[in-house]
Amino acid sequence: MSDVLLPLPILIAFVTAILAFFFRKGTEARWISVAGSACMLVAAGMLLSRVLTDGIQAAQMGTWAAPFGITLVADTLSAVMVVITGITALAVSIYAVGDVTEDMEHVGYHTLFQVLIAGVTGAFLTGDLFNLYVWFEVMLIASFGLLVMGGRRVQMDAGIKYVTLNLISTILFLSGIGLLYGVTGTLNMADLHYKVQDADPGLVTVIATMFLVGFGIKSAVFPLFFWLPAAYHTPAFSVSAVFAGLLTKVGVYAMMRMFTLVFTQDIGWTHGLMLWVAVATMITGVLGAAAQTDFRRILSFHIVSQIGYMVLGLALYTPLAVTGAVFYLVHHIIVKANLFLVAGVTNRIAGSTEIDHIGGLYKGAPLLAFLFLIPAFSLAGFPPLSGFWAKYVLVKASLDLELWLVAAAALAVGLMTIYSMTKIWGRAFWKPHPGAIVPSLSTLPAGDRFAMLAPIAGLATLTVIIGLFPEPFVGIATRAAEDLLDPTAYLTAVLGAPEAVQ
Amino acid sequence: MEFLIALMVGALVAAAVYLMLARNVLRFLFGLILISNAANLLIFASGGLTPEAPPLIAYGADAPPPGVANALPQALVLTAIVIGFGLFAFALVLVYRAYQTMGTLDSDDMRLAEPEEKP
Repeated sequence: MSDVLLPLPILIAFVTAILAFFFRKGTEARWISVAGSACMLVAAGMLLSRVLTDGIQAAQMGTWAAPFGITLVADTLSAVMVVITGITALAVSIYAVGDVTEDMEHVGYHTLFQVLIAGVTGAFLTGDLFNLYVWFEVMLIASFGLLVMGGRRVQMDAGIKYVTLNLISTILFLSGIGLLYGVTGTLNMADLHYKVQDADPGLVTVIATMFLVGFGIKSAVFPLFFWLPAAYHTPAFSVSAVFAGLLTKVGVYAMMRMFTLVFTQDIGWTHGLMLWVAVATMITGVLGAAAQTDFRRILSFHIVSQIGYMVLGLALYTPLAVTGAVFYLVHHIIVKANLFLVAGVTNRIAGSTEIDHIGGLYKGAPLLAFLFLIPAFSLAGFPPLSGFWAKYVLVKASLDLELWLVAAAALAVGLMTIYSMTKIWGRAFWKPHPGAIVPSLSTLPAGDRFAMLAPIAGLATLTVIIGLFPEPFVGIATRAAEDLLDPTAYLTAVLGAPEAVQ
Repeated sequence: MEFLIALMVGALVAAAVYLMLARNVLRFLFGLILISNAANLLIFASGGLTPEAPPLIAYGADAPPPGVANALPQALVLTAIVIGFGLFAFALVLVYRAYQTMGTLDSDDMRLAEPEEKP
């Protein structure tokens, strides 16, 4: 059964992509995309419930036994990430009905979107290092297409920076894979866990650092994040929402996977390095945001700052900290995608995302203002929203290790986040519109209005639910952290009992 | 043999880094192509090089004779070359379009997405 369930979310996304390509000239493609995302979410939910009841699932593709064939593995973290991917995909594909222009649909927006989702899902589910590289590439090429779709001058500029820096990251990752294969002779992640222990530790540490840099560029950590704020504010709003929600998080996920399962032989160096990178990422991101006046650019810098929190959880490497990192990952994807969606509505009704050029949204669109406040406060960590618990767990984990400076930085960055959010609130929502108009939601056609506001409301509700009833979500995050920190179950699921392997 | 390939990888990376430090985006892209080929060679060499022993399985046998070349890195390199080819084709077109729309290839002048701060 798990042989079918594991590849199913990836297959659904690919089939949807193909169908959407055939119907791209009409309006059917958008509904195919919505239906496909909904099916994928259902499949992901089935996978998660199966993982939660029966433990880690593994499937050998083409019935080639691990470590020789390609393995798909779903542990708690993978399954949770696939579900979140499904939620984001569904929200954004509904939003796209109102947001994406017909020109973009005709050149295959929905196809590229679904290929992107397939790439992200594949990266979450694979248990093979080279296969992870291939999924990264699938994701990258789709994201290249989406980023420059529309062909405005500013998109070309952003595209150059995004494409070139991501290609460098890919090449570093690929070289790391080559060297690791040379040292260990395997590419299966579970098998690597055993083989790395016999290898020269110095050599493995060098390779680990290479992976750290490669994934670091992907996940936009300090000092490698410059491509992100240069690019994320240029494409269509639904595109930047799915980028903001998912893409950098794949880098963080890959880091979490590799640095808990494979590269654990020199934690003092790798995770110690990560700790300071995380702190620097949090601080530079939030300071960068303070200098910006464009809605989406502020949010882009906040992605960088929030990535710091997730890497921090991994770097501290205690059960509580990793729980916090997983919880943060889930919370962040929902909140960040939602804020970009709000920015899209703002652009439609007020005419710009430059917060000095707009205003009066609180007066003209109180519903939108309310829907902005929920994710914005959650991002900053206000109780009782999801961000509060995510930050609480991470700060507690760093206090437990008596890392006072790190905890202080995490709290101060939260405070600075509030500053940025109130800046958007004050200038875009409260102050009167400089053009002396009152932007209103009623200027949108009814269909577009519903398509754009429904996903925002849905994601905001999810944020509130996670905030008010964090217990089950923290429970799942704790289980994900246990799976990560004690890989015995993962190894058994992929390779069989440990005694047989040794 | 490995030593020669290692030298070649080193030379390619050095040339690539030199090219990538240029402000001209096209030179940067050429550097990227070189470094990606260096990565491909690196994978190829990391599998161990065994000349004149193709990994062929005799008819009726289950496994190749011992001492044949490792076929896996070759498969990996092949995949990486194909993917890299697609990406660079895209990147070249992107650079060309960027040149058409912005009229420059100097990365210092590409400030549309990130306009300079007015004091």
